[in-house]
Amino acid sequence: MIHVLAAAGGGTNLDAYYDRAAFWVLAVLAVGAAVTMIFMRRAVHCALMLAVVMLCLAIMYAMQGAPFLAFVQVIVYTGAVLMLFLFVLMLIGVSSSDSLVETIRGQRVWAGIGGIAFAVLLIVGIGHAAIGTAHSTSAAEYSSGNLTGIARLIFTTYVFPFEATSALLITAAIGAMVLAHRERTSPKPTQRQLVRRRVASRQVAPEPPPGVYALHDSVDMPARLPDGSTTDRSVSRAISQRDVDLGRDPQERVAADLEAEKQIEAERQIEAATQGRDD
Amino acid sequence: MSPAGYVFLAVTLFAIGGVGVLVRRNAIVIFMCIELMLNACNLAFVSFARMWGNLDGQVVAFFVMVVAAAEVVVGLAILMAIYRARKSASVDDANLLKY
Repeated sequence: MIHVLAAAGGGTNLDAYYDRAAFWVLAVLAVGAAVTMIFMRRAVHCALMLAVVMLCLAIMYAMQGAPFLAFVQVIVYTGAVLMLFLFVLMLIGVSSSDSLVETIRGQRVWAGIGGIAFAVLLIVGIGHAAIGTAHSTSAAEYSSGNLTGIARLIFTTYVFPFEATSALLITAAIGAMVLAHRERTSPKPTQRQLVRRRVASRQVAPEPPPGVYALHDSVDMPARLPDGSTTDRSVSRAISQRDVDLGRDPQERVAADLEAEKQIEAERQIEAATQGRDD
Repeated sequence: MSPAGYVFLAVTLFAIGGVGVLVRRNAIVIFMCIELMLNACNLAFVSFARMWGNLDGQVVAFFVMVVAAAEVVVGLAILMAIYRARKSASVDDANLLKY
């Protein structure tokens, strides 16, 4: 497929037509995803939009006769870098959405105006520059020996920058380990201390899980204790926060359930009484 | 499609990334916008390589990818360290040097 795409630049008229159609579809998709990325409030959605942009660019690399870069784009960028972003997002907290408070008044408007002005400036400048058509020999050279050609360049002309990047990567890995490492400020609690702490907390048994004594098996419903009362300790804080976000009130439903149970019990008694009279 | 079209697209994506860096407050999203700008540069490099008919532009784009990967690793580690200290990923909350 990549050979076909790479040859499209200098191929027949029909090939050029397909090439142009693919470019416009991918360009609209990439710009749309990039704009959406800026306006998405949640960081996870931003990461997914960035993945769309990166995959579009990978296809464009393949179309432009750079199959090696296309694969590196998918494997390194979309695969590794974006997953790293998602990892850190999960560590920091998925719910960390952007605050909409402007610290500098009018900053957003001026940033938008400046960005549009910058884009217009660059587009006008490039419009005046003499960007030729694709080189005539490019299609043949690219489609066959792309990987060989890149390897030859890296290990001859660019061998010293290449060695420098290896040093850079090692330094980056060590730097990341040093920065992410956390010194333990308190000694690690022993088994004995853990047991003492648990007994002192007066909750020796595990916390009540949802659904054991509850009327519902949904995790956001508070568990019922053996004495009939309900407890909030069985509901995770994240889930109760989600209930607040969605405007649900589990307590209300519990109360309604208890009411309904009482009514059912009363009806049962009435029924039993009438049946007893019939007999 | 001629390389000029790809260069125009790269410019557009670069400007969008720049606006994102200026507008957003979450440090991770700002990092993503920087990645978008680097990707736009890569697209321009590949287009110019195709225009000249040699592979130097592709090699430079490859080096940009390597440097971006190193930058992301260190940057995200710094972000995690800041988050541990300040309990926030917002760039407005990292203001100890201001006062």
